[in-house]
Amino acid sequence: MLALDRVGKTYPNGVHALERFSANIKLGEIVAIIGGSGCGKSTLLRAIAGLDRATTGTVTLDDIAITAPHAKIGIIFQEPRLLPWLSVADNIGFGLSELSAAARREKVARALDRVGLADKANAWPRELSGGQAQRVAIARALVPQPEVLLLDEPFSALDAFTRRDLQDHLLDLWNDTRPTLMLVTHDVDEAVVLADRVLVMRPRPGRLFEEIKVNLARPRDRNSPHFDNFKRRVLTALDRSLDRNVPDADAKSTTGEAMWW
Amino acid sequence: MAMTVELPALERTDATTPETKASSARLRRYAGPALGLLLPVGLALAWEIAVWAGLSNGRLVPPPTKIFATMVELAKSGELSRHIIATLSRVASGFILGVVAGTLFGAISGYWGLARRLLDPTVQALRAIPSIAWVPLFILWLGIFETSKIALIAVGVFFPVYLGVMGAILSVDRKIVEVGRTFRLSGPAMIRRILLPAVLPAYVVALRVGLGLGWMFVVAAEFMGASEGLGYLLIDGQQLGKPAQIVAAIVIFAILGKTTDWLIEIATAPLLRWQDAFGGKSGAA
Ligand SMILES: Nc1ncnc2c1ncn2[C@@H]1O[C@H](COP(=O)(O)OP(=O)(O)OP(=O)(O)O)[C@@H](O)[C@H]1O
Ligand SMILES: [Mg+2]
Repeated sequence: MLALDRVGKTYPNGVHALERFSANIKLGEIVAIIGGSGCGKSTLLRAIAGLDRATTGTVTLDDIAITAPHAKIGIIFQEPRLLPWLSVADNIGFGLSELSAAARREKVARALDRVGLADKANAWPRELSGGQAQRVAIARALVPQPEVLLLDEPFSALDAFTRRDLQDHLLDLWNDTRPTLMLVTHDVDEAVVLADRVLVMRPRPGRLFEEIKVNLARPRDRNSPHFDNFKRRVLTALDRSLDRNVPDADAKSTTGEAMWW
Repeated sequence: MAMTVELPALERTDATTPETKASSARLRRYAGPALGLLLPVGLALAWEIAVWAGLSNGRLVPPPTKIFATMVELAKSGELSRHIIATLSRVASGFILGVVAGTLFGAISGYWGLARRLLDPTVQALRAIPSIAWVPLFILWLGIFETSKIALIAVGVFFPVYLGVMGAILSVDRKIVEVGRTFRLSGPAMIRRILLPAVLPAYVVALRVGLGLGWMFVVAAEFMGASEGLGYLLIDGQQLGKPAQIVAAIVIFAILGKTTDWLIEIATAPLLRWQDAFGGKSGAA
């Protein structure tokens, strides 16, 4: 279990980015984090990944305190961040340097197959499309079989079609080993399609505002009324999370469908 | 879904035309240099004809055949290879020294902030001194023979390599370093698997700039008194009024400079095939 206990972060420049964020996330659970820009979502994820240290509170995974990157925690960023000097296959195998070459090759081949890029094994990252590159990044993060996979707006740079494709694909991959997924997104659709639980955050300082359980069976039908219902609930929560800091109440009248955050 | 169907189709059109592509690429690869040769060869030919037709006596600017004859003559007597070897070995020693020192100091300054604040201002101040200004001091310290010449060349090579290495390390993308951190690379592994490959393209450029300066400074070094070397041929040609010898030495400098630069390019090309650069295509093909 991933336990976040009153995690807070104040940056050296005095920005109070995150305050007393607590949550317990079970193994295999998919959690989406959603909230206005600058409400500390990336800060939270980086603290869980061990890339930055929280200034207060603790992150523990199965009773191990996380203060530095850990083998059981993988992270995928908004950009694929592939290493341009390694082939696609070598990029995927980057985290497997402890394995023998043969074992590594086999795992990489399986992962390539799994993300549908077997024919790109020897390509350079520059020869991939944005969606393909992000698939490679997903494969690279999943191939060491982490218990927790963190995703910081992984699909936000992609077009709507590719994004849907990759969302389904991610669920597919998740089904293989059922790791915990923690996904930051700005896309309400994405949150409701993927998550068991949506955590809505509010800004200044960033903290947990509301938690919405999405108990819909998978695979989820994006056009069903239930789906719409959950979307609306998340949207209202989002609106409220932002409105507290907006003195002008008229801004509330729009339904929030524009998703300007 | 429509896109995933279309993509392989696009690739197939790419794959069906390799022969036609290759032949046109080959043509372009040879046509490029040939085009570049047009102007110098044309000028040389025009000059040759002008001298041959008696429009000029060609005493101060000797025609190509005369220059070629001078080279052959020098080569026959074994003089030429002696001078070339002398110059080449000076450039090589100075280059190696400068590259080793430049890489070392550049890496320390780039990797370690404290060292940079300590070291870099001094290096930058030294860089502001025109390197030729060191000549008298080097002669006093190291004598007029090889050591002072090699030192001068090494100084010339040092600065671009130092700057190149330091700048390259400082500009390594933090986002890619973070990838290394999430996979918990140790310090040495981070250097070997992330920093070195990231720095390599800029390093190759620094080496080539350094080599160019090495060739520049070998001439200066050989002007300050040498009994052999291409620079000596230049001075000798001036003092004895042999313009053909001067031009011959210049042409040989050009050939050697271009060849050594090309050697660096060839040697490093396989390591840089991944680059997504404007000129990178021909190397990858
Ligand atoms: N390295 C940093 N140093 C100082 N302040 C920072 C740093 N990184 C982020 N911040 C600040 O912390 C706050 C939260 O930033 P964070 O990146 O976590 O937001 P976010 O929720 O991910 O926003 P977005 O949705 O736009 O990505 C912001 O006010 C930001 O300016
Ligand atoms: Mg963010």
